[in-house]
Amino acid sequence: MKALVAVKRVIDYNVKIRVKADKTGVETANVKMSMNPFDEIAVEEALRLREAGIVSEIIAVSLGVAQCQETIRTALAMDADRGILVQTDAELQPLAVAKLLKAVILQENPEIVIIGKQAIDDDCNQTGQMLSALLGWPQATFASKVKISDGRAQVTREVDGGLETVSIKLPAVITTDLRLNEPRYASLPNIMRAKKKPIATMTPEALGVDATPHLVVLKVEEPAKRQGGRKVGSVAELVDKLKTEARVI
Amino acid sequence: MAALVVAEHDNRALRPATLNAVAAASEIAAPEVDILVAGKDCRSVAEAAAKIAGARKVLLADDAAYEHALAENVAPLVVGLAQNYSHLLATATTSGKNLMPRVAAMLDVMQISDISAVVSPDTFVRPIYAGNALATVQSKDPIKVVTARGTAFPPVEATGGTAAIEPVQTTGTTGLSEFVGAELSKSERPELTSARIVISGGRGMQSGDNFHLLEKVADKLGAAVGASRAAVDAGFVPNDYQVGQTGKIVAPELYIAVGISGAIQHLAGMKDSKVIVAINKDEEAPIFQIADYGLVGDLFKILPELADELERHQ
Repeated sequence: MKALVAVKRVIDYNVKIRVKADKTGVETANVKMSMNPFDEIAVEEALRLREAGIVSEIIAVSLGVAQCQETIRTALAMDADRGILVQTDAELQPLAVAKLLKAVILQENPEIVIIGKQAIDDDCNQTGQMLSALLGWPQATFASKVKISDGRAQVTREVDGGLETVSIKLPAVITTDLRLNEPRYASLPNIMRAKKKPIATMTPEALGVDATPHLVVLKVEEPAKRQGGRKVGSVAELVDKLKTEARVI
Repeated sequence: MAALVVAEHDNRALRPATLNAVAAASEIAAPEVDILVAGKDCRSVAEAAAKIAGARKVLLADDAAYEHALAENVAPLVVGLAQNYSHLLATATTSGKNLMPRVAAMLDVMQISDISAVVSPDTFVRPIYAGNALATVQSKDPIKVVTARGTAFPPVEATGGTAAIEPVQTTGTTGLSEFVGAELSKSERPELTSARIVISGGRGMQSGDNFHLLEKVADKLGAAVGASRAAVDAGFVPNDYQVGQTGKIVAPELYIAVGISGAIQHLAGMKDSKVIVAINKDEEAPIFQIADYGLVGDLFKILPELADELERHQ
């Protein structure tokens, strides 16, 4: 079966975010960009399913500006088979991303779609659930274990109270949580090979999808800073301060 | 304007997270706040929901299809009720996060995720980039689907309301998914996201066994026990302990971080706590920059000492 993974280009998780002075967003010029870490886990899971002989082909899809090619190349270097870039300079919100992915999926017919549970930039945690709704497919979000057999996926999910296991009919959408796997590093030969793997480019218009944002960002601000940094010298002093100064115990 | 809150429960009792969503809904649409209880044999939950302060009406959807809150089955129910409401809300727990985007997509609207403030009925503040920026967003959709950050909306009173319970037409099962089982952590301690005091351990704890040192302190304080991602990834404690950007968001009166360096993604989950204490042997650890009280030293010496000191003060 074919697997489709979606990979988002985001500000690298190690970069300290700076809010723009005009409050229109965060600074992205000359900032290191990487694949969303949860999407790396999605790529890795697809690779493991291919190594287990369950998945035959892995398609990595990214949506956004031309540089999203680099994010796709990263997935190809991890050893995905080919890429699709839905290219646009316009802002894409999760509902639009889900609609665009649906259009790609209707062309490619994958039986399993794996994506990160959330992107570390907008922290929305929506796209996978929206995509499965639009396709009328089942969803297994926040996956920490995936087993495929007999046209179903048995997925263990990380939930607030612990773990929950569901069995869903394929085709389905699975979103990844942190403990699903540890993504591999691309090997040098695979990085070289990735350069020759095909990436098809499409546009929202060609896919017939209206990707207009439904949310207007009025402003982006920095949160209030905490005044910290005070040290105490001993456990006795700590307990005393918590009792008499902070009055929290 | 009217808001519908999707209640969280286990078919026997209401989960406290529901009270946070009702608080957010009340800011938007009071007094027109209804609560949906979808489950199996869950009348007692509906009765509890009817007592929530500010509830106008409780909609009860009782059907085997809703027993395990599978999003595939619950979403069509919520969508069917949506026409009567301007806002649909849930708390941004794993359950709310699982369900609400599915509802939003079926309604062809964007969800406004994890809001931390209501500016007006169509404008909300939400943290982005692990809380390192706050975005104010305005929704242009006819129905606003919203998940609310629990810590940003103090719970409404669980009692005092006298809402009527109305049964609603159920939508049955889609047959797309099945519940197989759950392994839920059992603990006598308070629940992490609603505890007044939280004590969390990080990689510095070195092993899961060492968490008993934290637990001793937690028991003296009546605190919940949490962990950093590093400690969960290392297998010291289960996933439901994780505090952070992609784990649980907590904002207790007192947060004690032990052996936690203070990665951005961890700070995102706890920096709104009222008082933060950091215990770490590395005095350069970033956690100290946001801590109200920092104590530099060996946690294996400090924790037993802290438990003794608290004992003395009791």
